[in-house]
Amino acid sequence: MVAAKTTSVPRSAKFKKYLPLYLMMLPGVIYLIINNYIPMAGLIIAFKDLNFRKGILGSDWIGFANFRYLFATSDALLITRNTVLYNVVFIALNNFLGVTVAILLNDMTALKAKKFYQSAVLLPYLISMVIISYLVFAFLSNDRGFLNRTVLPIFGQQGPSWYTNASLWPPILIFVNAWKNVGYLCVLYLSSILGINKEFYEAASLEGASKWQQIKYITLPLIKPTIIMMVLIMIGKIFYADFGLFYHVPMDSGALYKTTNVIDTYVYRGLLKTGDVGMSSAAGLYQSVVGFILVLTSNLVVRKVSPENALF
Amino acid sequence: MIQSNDNRIFQIVAHVVLALFSFLAIFPFILLIISSITEENTLAIYGYTIFPKQLSGEAYAYLFKEGNQIVHAYGVTIMITIIGTFAGLIIMSMLAYPLSRRDLPGRKGFTFFVFFTMLFNGGLVPTYLLYTNYLNIKNTYWALLIPILLVSAWYVLLMRTYFATNVPTPVIESAQIDGAGEFRIYWQIIIPMSRPIIATVALFVGIAYWNDWYNGMIFITKPQYYSIQNLLTRMMNDIQFLQNNSSLSAALAGTAAIPSISVRMAIAVTGVLPIMIIYPFVQNNFVKGIAVGAVKG
Repeated sequence: MVAAKTTSVPRSAKFKKYLPLYLMMLPGVIYLIINNYIPMAGLIIAFKDLNFRKGILGSDWIGFANFRYLFATSDALLITRNTVLYNVVFIALNNFLGVTVAILLNDMTALKAKKFYQSAVLLPYLISMVIISYLVFAFLSNDRGFLNRTVLPIFGQQGPSWYTNASLWPPILIFVNAWKNVGYLCVLYLSSILGINKEFYEAASLEGASKWQQIKYITLPLIKPTIIMMVLIMIGKIFYADFGLFYHVPMDSGALYKTTNVIDTYVYRGLLKTGDVGMSSAAGLYQSVVGFILVLTSNLVVRKVSPENALF
Repeated sequence: MIQSNDNRIFQIVAHVVLALFSFLAIFPFILLIISSITEENTLAIYGYTIFPKQLSGEAYAYLFKEGNQIVHAYGVTIMITIIGTFAGLIIMSMLAYPLSRRDLPGRKGFTFFVFFTMLFNGGLVPTYLLYTNYLNIKNTYWALLIPILLVSAWYVLLMRTYFATNVPTPVIESAQIDGAGEFRIYWQIIIPMSRPIIATVALFVGIAYWNDWYNGMIFITKPQYYSIQNLLTRMMNDIQFLQNNSSLSAALAGTAAIPSISVRMAIAVTGVLPIMIIYPFVQNNFVKGIAVGAVKG
């Protein structure tokens, strides 16, 4: 009854009042429908034998056939393993380095040097993967690379053929990923450290606590929630790979697929290179669904650990 | 005294470690820049080095003189970055403002509608098929502008929160009493009062457009629509590309070849240069943006 009274304004008048606001939202809503919601519905093509003459809706349903083909190949296991394992290493290493650099930066007394170091480590974060692939090429090119022509000869070593040797690539990709992303994590953790009350440190040094003890007993415990949150967010995205890192940096070299093929590059190649849309769409749906479950799960855990940082 | 000693050791360790990290971060750029000004034959013989035997500006001279393709791609990148950033900011803020209004009927539903796009997505295959087979944007400039980049749910929600917490409701209400319409409130009150968040999002969206190669790689096959990033992608795979596409390729037969090795590096330099130039000026904004979560991790 109370509800009925408060909404005594006629519906039409209310709608008229808010019409400008709805109109304002219209372009964004239309965009999200086109760019996001229709493709979600389009995931059904994974269950179809796509025939462009019949169109997407007119193509024949084939149930799980695309998935049976996909999971019968060794590719499915390989791309899943590569995607997840690389991400596990990225999460551990990048967060470790990010926290370390942030702590070192925070307590640095030379302010100009501090500013310089921070600018330097953050710079790679703003660079596109295409440019990064050029930077890497300048080091690894077989006949002109800095490593093969300048560094390795100093040690009397013959340089390997980097772009055809798959076993060399896990460390390279891990290094490049850290090179690009540690600066971002460092800035993030630095802002978290700056939020710590300075009195804790003053009190601790009065008590004679060493630098290391202050880090161990004040800094680390107080930024732990931020670390946990970042790790959980990254775990939520563990089924998604950085396409540019795995495609451009190894220069799409076929000899390297064993260690460079991930779900995202597999889907791209299936769709645009080999024309195997069935497998590609099956792999895409697999990624979307598992990715969705992981995001929901990680958020559930975040909500348990620190509710204010949960996405929903 | 033990403490200051302890601190001194910390400072030394910090300097050593951070200097090493900074060197690792910057060195590749130095190698790239020096490679772009190394004489072509020196590159062929000694490879990419930091102390080349002979320097040369021939790569840049070539870019200025014959690089129609490059200048064009540069123009495409600039145009797409400016239009995309403006259009994206307007569309996103117009979606964010109503969502920031607690009195808007259906607010929760709309917010979820925006938010859900962050949790679940259709991925490349349906997106590609929709844009190419139904919306026909393949090989048009729209392909560089619209897919994926234009509106991001995360920025919309970031702006919504900012509007809701930084523009007091009484300000909006008194404007309404004075007879201002919603569009006027949005344009003359909300936007001017929210400059910091608009600037932050503009910076991130602008960099995303400048650096984008993904849309071009998927939707563009004709070189006349290449952005600078797409041109670089193409040249990495096909070192002859410039030669084949040069406006002078016929005239070039018999004359000196294009310094293709150093030119590649020179184009890469021109691709990063604008970022390097604006970096010192925007760095503080960028850092603040990361701190408020303007980057989708």
